[in-house]
Amino acid sequence: MRGRFWVRGNIGTIGGLRVTAERGSALYPDLLPARWEKGPRIASVMCCIRTVLLAALACLIPAAASAQTPPASRTLDAVIKRGVLNCGVNTGLAGFSAPDDKGGWTGIDADFCRAVAAAVLNDTAKVKYLPLNAKERFTALQSGEVDLLSRNTTWTMSRDTSLGLAFVGVIYYDGSAFMTRKSLGLKSVKDLAGASICTQTGTTNELVLADYFATNGITYKPVVFERLVEVLAAYNSGRCDAMTTDSSQLISERLRLQNVDEHEILPELISKEPLGPVVRQGDQQWESIARWVLFAMLNAEELGVTQKNADEMIATSPNPEIRRLLGLEGEFGKGIGLANDWAVRVIKAVGNYGEAFERNLGTGSRLAIPRGKNALWKDGGLQYAPPIR
Amino acid sequence: MMQRNPQPLQPSSWLDPLYDPKIRGIIFQVLLVLALAFLAYEIVTNTAANLRRQNIASGFDFLSRTAGFDISQSMIPYKSTSSYAAAFFVGLGNTLLVAALGIVLATLLGFVIGLGRLSSNWLIAKLSLLYVEVVRNVPLLLQLFIWYVAVLRALPMPHDAKPIAGVAYFDTRGLHTPLPLLDQGGWLIAIAALTGIALTVWLNIWARQRQEQTGQRFPLFWSSLGLVVGPPLLVFLLLGAPLHFEQPTLGRFNFDGGLTILPEFLALLAGLAFYTASFIAEIVRSGIEGVPRGQKEAASAIGLSNAQALRLVVIPQALRLIIPPLTNQYLNLTKNSALAVAIGYPDLVSVFAGTVLNQTGQAVEVVLITMAVYLAISLLTSMFMNWFNARMAIVER
Repeated sequence: MRGRFWVRGNIGTIGGLRVTAERGSALYPDLLPARWEKGPRIASVMCCIRTVLLAALACLIPAAASAQTPPASRTLDAVIKRGVLNCGVNTGLAGFSAPDDKGGWTGIDADFCRAVAAAVLNDTAKVKYLPLNAKERFTALQSGEVDLLSRNTTWTMSRDTSLGLAFVGVIYYDGSAFMTRKSLGLKSVKDLAGASICTQTGTTNELVLADYFATNGITYKPVVFERLVEVLAAYNSGRCDAMTTDSSQLISERLRLQNVDEHEILPELISKEPLGPVVRQGDQQWESIARWVLFAMLNAEELGVTQKNADEMIATSPNPEIRRLLGLEGEFGKGIGLANDWAVRVIKAVGNYGEAFERNLGTGSRLAIPRGKNALWKDGGLQYAPPIR
Repeated sequence: MMQRNPQPLQPSSWLDPLYDPKIRGIIFQVLLVLALAFLAYEIVTNTAANLRRQNIASGFDFLSRTAGFDISQSMIPYKSTSSYAAAFFVGLGNTLLVAALGIVLATLLGFVIGLGRLSSNWLIAKLSLLYVEVVRNVPLLLQLFIWYVAVLRALPMPHDAKPIAGVAYFDTRGLHTPLPLLDQGGWLIAIAALTGIALTVWLNIWARQRQEQTGQRFPLFWSSLGLVVGPPLLVFLLLGAPLHFEQPTLGRFNFDGGLTILPEFLALLAGLAFYTASFIAEIVRSGIEGVPRGQKEAASAIGLSNAQALRLVVIPQALRLIIPPLTNQYLNLTKNSALAVAIGYPDLVSVFAGTVLNQTGQAVEVVLITMAVYLAISLLTSMFMNWFNARMAIVER
C-alpha cells in the first residue's frame, strides 16, 4: 500500500479524525525501522519535517468531536479494528527498546508494548514499533500516530498536564548521571566546573543539567545534539569532557564505546527521572488498560506468578489474590473492556515485572543493572502496585 | 452573412448586472476572498478548539516563561533563567550570524572560482571545474558531517593544543583567540566611526556630481578608506589606545576567557560557504559569458588592459545577469542554515523549533513563529537584492 494514507473517522485524536501511517505510507516513510537503521542521519532531518507536518495536520483536521458522543474508548476500538498496536519506542537504546538482528524489538519498553498488545489483541506480534527520538515523541502521541508511548520518558508535571498527555506509571526509577573518562580522575559531578558537557535536546536531562550547575554556582559549556547517537559520537571524539543522560542510558551507551574500561559513570544521580509509559489524555479506559497492564506485571512478581508457572497457578493456586489476578475470580477484565484473562495473556507474553527487568536490563542482559530502586517495595525498592481487588 | 433573428429587447431585470463581465469578475473575486477568509477562520478556530479539547496548552504566553536550558553560543546575554523569548532571539541571532558570514564568504569564493573557470590557465580552469562539479553534486548535509567530523577528529584535545602565532589555540572545543576589549571611550570611537561613514557617503555623492558636471575624477577609494578608518583611529589614539586583550587560558578542562569560536559554527559556516560558492561560481561564469564578446574586444580596442576590461566593462554588465540568480543562492544559504540542528549548532531551528518546542509542547505556535521568521528573512533579502538589481540595471536614456 505504498504511497497511500488513510483518513479514518471515529477513531478521533484530533477533532474526531485521525490520520494513520500504514506500512510503507508516503506520509511518514521514515518511520519504518529498516529505513531508520539504513539512514539514521537523514532521519534526524526528517523528524523536523515531520514535526512541521504534524503541526500542519493539527490545523487542518476539522473539530467534529464536540458533536459526537464518544465511544467507551476510541483508542481501544481503533486498535482492535486495526488489529495492530502502534507503539512509540526509542530509536535504539539497548535494554529499553532496540531493534535486534531478526528485525524485532527488544527491551523492557518494547516488552511493555507487547504486554499491552497481548492484553488487548491476544497476540504479541501485533505491535508496530515506531522509533521516535526525544524531540518528536510527544507530537507523535498527540497527533495519534502512536497509541502508546513506551520510550523511557520522564514523568514531569508539565508533560502530564499541559501536553495533553497522561503518564500511567513508572516502569523504571532513574536519575540523571554523568559519564566521563577515567583518566580525568573526577570524584564528583561538581568537579566538572568549566567542562564541556554533551547532552540530548528535548530531554529533562538538558534542564536538570542547567538547574544543577546554576544551583551549585559552577559553570559549564553545553553542547546539545538531537540524537543520542550524535551525543555519544561527540563525547567519544573528545568534543565533550562528559556526557549526561539517565543513568540507565549511560550504562547502555557506555557499552557501545570501543574502550569501555576507559570510561566511568559518576556515582551521583542529580535528579529524579521516573520513566513511564504515556497515553493521550481524555481516554480514561485506554489509560486504565495501560496502567493496569503495568500493575499486573508488578503484582504478578509480588505474588510469584511467572511466565512458566502461570498455567500451573491457574490450575492449582488457592490464593484469592492470585485467582483475581488471573481472572478466575471477579470480573476485573470487564472494567477495562478486556477479556477476564487479560493479565494471564500479559504474564504469558512477557513474564512478570521482575522477569522482564532481569531479561532486558538485569542479570540476563549485557547491562547487568542491579534492581536497586526498581526492586519491589517489599524488597526495599520503590516498585509498588495497587492491588487487584 | 449570418442571418440573425431579430430578438426583441428583454425587459431589464435585476439579474442584468450578472451579464456584465466586469461585475461578474468582482463578484467571483469577492466570493473567493470570502471562501479564503472562511478557510482561514476555520483553520484557526479548529486548531484552537482541538488543542483545547486535547488539553494541550496554547497561546503565546509561554514566551515569557523561564527557558531553563543553556545554549552554547549566544550573541546576547543569556542564561538558563532567561525567558523562552530570549532563547528565540539567541537562536535568531545565531542563524543571522552564520547566514550573513556564509553569504559574504560564499560570494567571495564563488566569484574567485567563477573567474577561475574562465581563466586561460588550463590548470586553474580545470581545478575550478573540478571544485564546482564535486562540491555542488554532494548533498549539503553530508558535507556538513564531513566538515564536522573531519574538523573534530583532526584536532587535538585542549591540553595538547599548540599555540598558533603564539596566541591562538585550535582544539576539539573550537578556535580560541585573544579577545580585544576596550577599557573606556567605546562610544566616542563609535561616534567617530559613524561620522566617518556619514562623511564618506556625502563625499561619494559630491564626487559623482562633480564628475558628471566637470568630468574630473576624484580618488574616491583612498579618500573613503581614510574617512572610514581615520576618525575612529584618531580618537582611539587620542584616548591613549585604551585596549587590552583577554588571552584564552587553559583551565582544568577547557580554555577559558578570550574569544571561542565553536567547531559547530566553523563546520556549518564552512559547509554553507563552500557548498553555495560552487553554485555562485557557475552563476558568475554564465553571467560573464553572457556579456557579448564584442564588449570585451571593444574594451581592448580602446586600450584597456585585461583587468580593466573585466572590472570596468564586463563585470558591470555581467552583474545584471548575475544578481537575480545570486539572490536565490542567498535565500538558499539562509534556509540551508537550518541544517545546523544536525551538527549541534544552536540556530533558530535547533533552539526554538527544537528545544523550546519540545519543552513547551506548543508545536503549532512555535512552528508558525519559525516559519514567519524565515519568511521575513527571505523577503528582506529579496527586497535588498531587488533594490541592488535595480541600481545595477542599465539605465535607458
